[in-house]
Amino acid sequence: MKPRQQRMALIAGVLVGVVVAVGFGFRAFQENLSYFFSPSDVAAGKSPTGRSFRLGGMVVNDSVQREAGSLTIDFTVTDFANAVPVRYTGVLPDLFKEGKGVVVRGQVGADGRFVAQEVLAKHDENYMPPEVKDALAKSRQAENK
Amino acid sequence: MNEILSMGGHGAYVWPAYGITLAVIVFNAWAARRKLAIALDEARRSRATEQPRNQPRVRQLQ
Amino acid sequence: MKLPRWFHLFGSPPFVYRLAGALTPWLGIIACTLLIVGAYWGLVVAPPDAVQGEVYRILYIHPQTAYVSMMAYVVMAVTAGIGYIWRIKLAHAVAVSAAPIGASFTACALVSGSLWGRPTWGTYWEWGDPRIMFETLLLFLFLSYLALRAAFEDRDKADRVSAILAVVGVVNVPIIHYSVLWWNTLHQGPTISKLDSPSMATEFLIPFLIMITGFTFCFYWLLLSRLKAEIVERERDTRWLQDALQGGRP
Repeated sequence: MKPRQQRMALIAGVLVGVVVAVGFGFRAFQENLSYFFSPSDVAAGKSPTGRSFRLGGMVVNDSVQREAGSLTIDFTVTDFANAVPVRYTGVLPDLFKEGKGVVVRGQVGADGRFVAQEVLAKHDENYMPPEVKDALAKSRQAENK
Repeated sequence: MNEILSMGGHGAYVWPAYGITLAVIVFNAWAARRKLAIALDEARRSRATEQPRNQPRVRQLQ
Repeated sequence: MKLPRWFHLFGSPPFVYRLAGALTPWLGIIACTLLIVGAYWGLVVAPPDAVQGEVYRILYIHPQTAYVSMMAYVVMAVTAGIGYIWRIKLAHAVAVSAAPIGASFTACALVSGSLWGRPTWGTYWEWGDPRIMFETLLLFLFLSYLALRAAFEDRDKADRVSAILAVVGVVNVPIIHYSVLWWNTLHQGPTISKLDSPSMATEFLIPFLIMITGFTFCFYWLLLSRLKAEIVERERDTRWLQDALQGGRP
């Protein structure tokens, strides 16, 4: 082999090695790399117990209940297969809404209710002006009728 | 004008993001110019002290 | 594998120096025009977003700087690899020039993302979000490439050793891109790369694309400006440069 080909083989070899190592690493740590657990993970007992973790999903429509005179609210997070009730006391991000994505950090209490210390809003990658959104909503209503 | 500056109350997030990006571009452009000026300066000074590398060296008779 | 003959022209410092000198003003003018038009369009002309309101306007710099940071890394890794395999010094010079520019755009992407995250998600920074983590890793790859080079007194040796790090780190680029698809993340999914149906209204898409093009031109403008300085540094005592210096401005 010429020196040039040797260098080429070395670079290729190192690169393949790193790709394989990273690939195995990701397979092994798949769960640790996941930023949050879904309600189905919680139902299947895959989420950690006794320590806090993140739960992600969608806020169920009409599930938000505010306790009068306090900042405490209750809502349900779903992944359309399972649902987890959540209680949180504190200020909510602007984009927190029913029917939208949310990531909460906290622990499952003894009563099965998830007690959140932090609520983050997860927004989607769709961007549109308000008028377009109104028009879309109207056409969807028309379809449903 | 005020409406644009306030960004619906989120001006404190939008404007710094744009400002920092602008500053980074300007800094990079300035740094490249400065690096070139210094390198050219050094090259000129280097000529003053020694012969170019790939030129046959002519020994001066003493 | 043999490189085509014309390719060796790009290994010639005087040729590349003059080419870069001829291109930089044009790249700079195009970049600045596109960025000014795009920023005005995005900040003033484009309507607000239905969900996020006005704060969504960071959309016109955050994905763009992140994209340029990844492109910068690919440019650095590919040129460092070419320089390593074919022993082309000029290729190493391109890689060295790309590193600080790439690092600064990575920092821009992280800061603008952080400033976007606070009013929308409710947090400046989320440890554990894969997108954020791997983009941060990209910043550290750029910085460690530069630090590793600084550890060597001999430039040729620095070129050779740092090239390996640059090539190895390129694995991170597809990971950043696919992180939002492979793992649960707070970060939203890709908007533009879903070519079948971009999830963005046309009013937003136009300034978005102007800004992406503008930042791309801006990167190559800065890269070639820096490359010129890097070439002069490396070729300080060569005949062509000294001749050029004698004949006025090179």
